[in-house]
Amino acid sequence: MKKEVAVKMSEEFGATPIAHLVQLANQYESRIYIEIDSKKVNAKSIMGMMSLVLTEGQNVIIAAEGPDEEDACNGLEEFFHNNI
Amino acid sequence: MEFGADLEKITKKLKLKNFTTSIDLNTKTVYIPDVNRPALQLNGFYEHFEANRIQLIGMVEHSYLEQIDEKIRNERYDKFLSYPIPAVIFCRGFEPEPYFLETAEKNGVPVLGTERDTSEFMAELINTLSLELAPSTGLHGVLVDVYGEGLLITGESGIGKSEAALELIRRGHRLVADDTVEIKKTNQNTLLGCAPATTKYLIELRGIGIIDVKSLYGVECVKELQRIDLVIKLEDWKRGAEYDRLGLQDEYMNILDVPVVCHSLPIRPGRNLAVICETAAVNHRQKKMGYNAAEELYRRVQENIKNHVGE
Repeated sequence: MKKEVAVKMSEEFGATPIAHLVQLANQYESRIYIEIDSKKVNAKSIMGMMSLVLTEGQNVIIAAEGPDEEDACNGLEEFFHNNI
Repeated sequence: MEFGADLEKITKKLKLKNFTTSIDLNTKTVYIPDVNRPALQLNGFYEHFEANRIQLIGMVEHSYLEQIDEKIRNERYDKFLSYPIPAVIFCRGFEPEPYFLETAEKNGVPVLGTERDTSEFMAELINTLSLELAPSTGLHGVLVDVYGEGLLITGESGIGKSEAALELIRRGHRLVADDTVEIKKTNQNTLLGCAPATTKYLIELRGIGIIDVKSLYGVECVKELQRIDLVIKLEDWKRGAEYDRLGLQDEYMNILDVPVVCHSLPIRPGRNLAVICETAAVNHRQKKMGYNAAEELYRRVQENIKNHVGE
């Protein structure tokens, strides 16, 4: 399952929004990938996510695969909308 | 968008002298991993001219230009520099004439220079361009140099890739990239892996956090670029799943359409991953050198059968 979302920035998580995002992704059983341009990164890996450059307004694709893919997509979408 | 190589990066890497400082090299991109020696073009022949390649001025071009009339020479420069050339490079320490530089700056063609011999420089330039322009991809895994073999360890998050890598590093092997490996295909059967700039030489360990391998354990424990020779796929041990017992037939994994030998390793408490990885690496090397232990076993069995029948 794939979902495209735009990144919104906020100060709530300070310097570590990525860490929270990865933590959230790890709560799901599905395999989750974040795609930006030609890069595809495992959302459960903190180092991979750190190597992405996320900026305000950018479109990312959340791709989840597994038993709870729908929850995972929705959960991450919510996070992208509100918390980064 | 077509993938290109940044001229600024190439200039820095090959330590080129910049004659046209008014042109921002960051805005210039090279798309073709080849060069052109413009001797024919400077003589006025423009059929099949590959203007989108870097143009190299060497001894031939230089001596030819020296012996023609200045007026004609300037006309030739006008025509030559009217093409959208990514860059002109003067070899052997030759200096471009003021008129050439002026025209080049006007037309936005960067002019660079090197002290090196043309043919030797050309080889390195093409090599550098091919590397920059090679097809690339990112993979989730850890790349370690084990006895000179590039070992790409893959597997699900949390299965222990980084831990295996750390143990290998402590045993004297070298880390190339943890977690995300950037892979380039430099030719039909060569894959080169390196780390993204942000996570270079860092490892993430569950429960400890990010560690910097280079500053903790030293330069001898890291490597910038490594050929990928072998993939180790870490998996949860499944009852009833088929694992390779002999190693007679190799399994392959396709990365950018290059087949790479791939071993699936089942994980179970008590298995020493680092030793297994080391063994996989040397065994792969031995196979490349022409000896296959599984074939040797097969040969001995066959011989035994033959002897038995002969008795």
